[in-house]
Amino acid sequence: MSVILKAENISKQYRLGTVGTGTLSHDLNRWWHMIRGKEDPYLQVGGVNDRSAVATEDYVWALRDINFEVKQGEVLGIIGKNGAGKSTLLKLLSRVTAPTTGTIKTKGRIASLLEIGTGFHPELTGRENIFMNGAVLGMKRAEIKAKLEEIIAFSGCEMYIDTPVKRYSSGMTVRLGFAVAAHLEPEILVVDEVLAVGDAEFQKKAIGKMQDLSMGEGRTVLFVSHNMGSVRSLCTRGIVLNNGELFFEGESSNAIDFYLNQDSTEVGSGRMNFTKENLGNKELKLLEASITDKIGRVRTTFSQSEGIRVHIKFEVFKSIIGMRFNLKVKTTSGEDVFVTSSHFVTKGGVEKGVHELQLEIPAFLLNMKRYVFSLNAGIPGHKIIIEPIDTLFVDIVGENAGGSDFVEKWPGIVSPKIKWILNEKN
Amino acid sequence: MKQPEDDWLYEISPKRKFIYLNFKEIWDYRDLLILFVKRDIVTVYKQTILGPLWYFIQPLFTSVIFTLVFNNIANIPTGNVPPFLFNLAGITAWNYFNQSLTQTSNTFTANAGIFGKVYFPRVIMPLKTVISGLFKFGIQLSILIVFYIYFLFQGYDLRPNSNLLLFPVYVLMMALLGLGAGMTISAFTTKYRDLTVMVGFATSLLMYISAVPYPLSEVSEKIPELAWLVKYNPLAQIIEGFRYMILDTGIFTWSGFFYTMTFSIVLFLVGLVVFNGTEKNFIDTV
Repeated sequence: MSVILKAENISKQYRLGTVGTGTLSHDLNRWWHMIRGKEDPYLQVGGVNDRSAVATEDYVWALRDINFEVKQGEVLGIIGKNGAGKSTLLKLLSRVTAPTTGTIKTKGRIASLLEIGTGFHPELTGRENIFMNGAVLGMKRAEIKAKLEEIIAFSGCEMYIDTPVKRYSSGMTVRLGFAVAAHLEPEILVVDEVLAVGDAEFQKKAIGKMQDLSMGEGRTVLFVSHNMGSVRSLCTRGIVLNNGELFFEGESSNAIDFYLNQDSTEVGSGRMNFTKENLGNKELKLLEASITDKIGRVRTTFSQSEGIRVHIKFEVFKSIIGMRFNLKVKTTSGEDVFVTSSHFVTKGGVEKGVHELQLEIPAFLLNMKRYVFSLNAGIPGHKIIIEPIDTLFVDIVGENAGGSDFVEKWPGIVSPKIKWILNEKN
Repeated sequence: MKQPEDDWLYEISPKRKFIYLNFKEIWDYRDLLILFVKRDIVTVYKQTILGPLWYFIQPLFTSVIFTLVFNNIANIPTGNVPPFLFNLAGITAWNYFNQSLTQTSNTFTANAGIFGKVYFPRVIMPLKTVISGLFKFGIQLSILIVFYIYFLFQGYDLRPNSNLLLFPVYVLMMALLGLGAGMTISAFTTKYRDLTVMVGFATSLLMYISAVPYPLSEVSEKIPELAWLVKYNPLAQIIEGFRYMILDTGIFTWSGFFYTMTFSIVLFLVGLVVFNGTEKNFIDTV
């Protein structure tokens, strides 16, 4: 298959702070360098795009030296945390802004499903706006005319098609806009799920359309998502962006693994050391709590399909009977999800020495959100040894646990996998 | 498997070609241009009571006031042309330029929303402004013709001269001047908003040195030391030339005509260069 899109060394620099004071002097300086044939003096500076750190430079690289290729008919997943540069990359691809360095070459029209309803004018009728919107997205009048009936039918707005759009409900406007975008036939389609959230109905439609395009028609799709489930099920390949740099390129499942394990090297996120904090009493002291996957790697981001192992390391100075550790799982808004206790394994007595308790939270139980793990210890009815402390956080990312093929967010504080059965009853 | 390098449909790169105007691309987007023009014309006066009548009211009232102030109070002579018609002719021509300039000068700021989402040749926007302005110009021209005929019946000796053949050229020059200045300003307003404030009063001042309410000859006669200001103002040349061809009054020189023509084309090209330099990255600064 031939390469349809090629990005070579693309970088994008942004100026930090307000554009205003100082821009004129920078512009003049830049111009002065340019007419002498020198390089832009501000291109050499610029910090790495790490949003957690306080900026030290005036300029920042939102993307730096990105190289990748997309082949005809491929579905490429673009994954990365917030601020990794995904949206900047999309902006460059849709030609809204130009890269600071490097080139993107393409053999086909690129269109994105973000552009719902651009160019809609409230005073124009639905029909007129279909033409307007289609033309803005690069369709020819004849193309739109040929598909007009189809578009109107798809939007479900037949009755109001000759009414000004300002009389439409917001839902109708979105449907009409989507109908136009869905009938656009670009060689390369860009879908940004991150920005599409908010309207579940629309998101579902957009993803559905995308599935049709990529699977049915062999169209090239670039898919930006936080949802590992949809990336896994839709994409053939994936790239992982981190702080504006390309960290990984390869098969989508490998890309997802890479993304999920990215923070395994970060100290302190999945493992908390309490040796200095003196948690406990004369009999027992908490040493460390950590979260790992099945093979023992410390992590904080888990897919719904994975079990989460929690390890609690503690030291006993004098053997105790009746003691138990409790692990409470809470949502970030403070709702209790469940509590589990070590009572059965520890009530019979724990000898002097260092011990580790281990438990596994089964896969397909937690929903796609962040959870807080809170620990406490004590002898029930007798005394509290460790007051409840919020020790660890985990982020759960999607894997369609709600029991549907659609990639969507299910409400609820848990999302267990539940078996459904369909029986013939004649 | 290996594709030849020139097979790409297009490239997205930071390189700015000095004068880069992809006419083929603009041609490809002609349907969009037409739709934008249509949209402008149809939607301007929706939900107004007087509708397109506003197109008549503004030049008529301005002409009445100009006639009162400049001709009745200041006694500026207009030859054998009725002062009202003289002023109306000047204002009609001036309006087209003025509208083209002010509306294209905020192209980037006014369209940031749509420019931030989709790509299409940005130059479509100023182009559609100038084209849809023609519609308003046409309507205002028709009132001018109505009054022209009215004054003919009143016994005034009015007749156009052979220069009327240059009418399309004059319209083109007005459009080019408006576009050139407007695009240049719009490019700078993306970073420096001061210019938006300036455009408002600068255009109203510019009108007074563009020979709108007086004939060119009056300036050289009354303030000869400042006459150059009006004489080398291409707009004054256009307004005077416009009146000359329909009312056969004023001064017309071929050197002035070609000077104006050259000036318009150069300003237009400058505008294009500046505009294209801005269009690629303006969304980061706007």
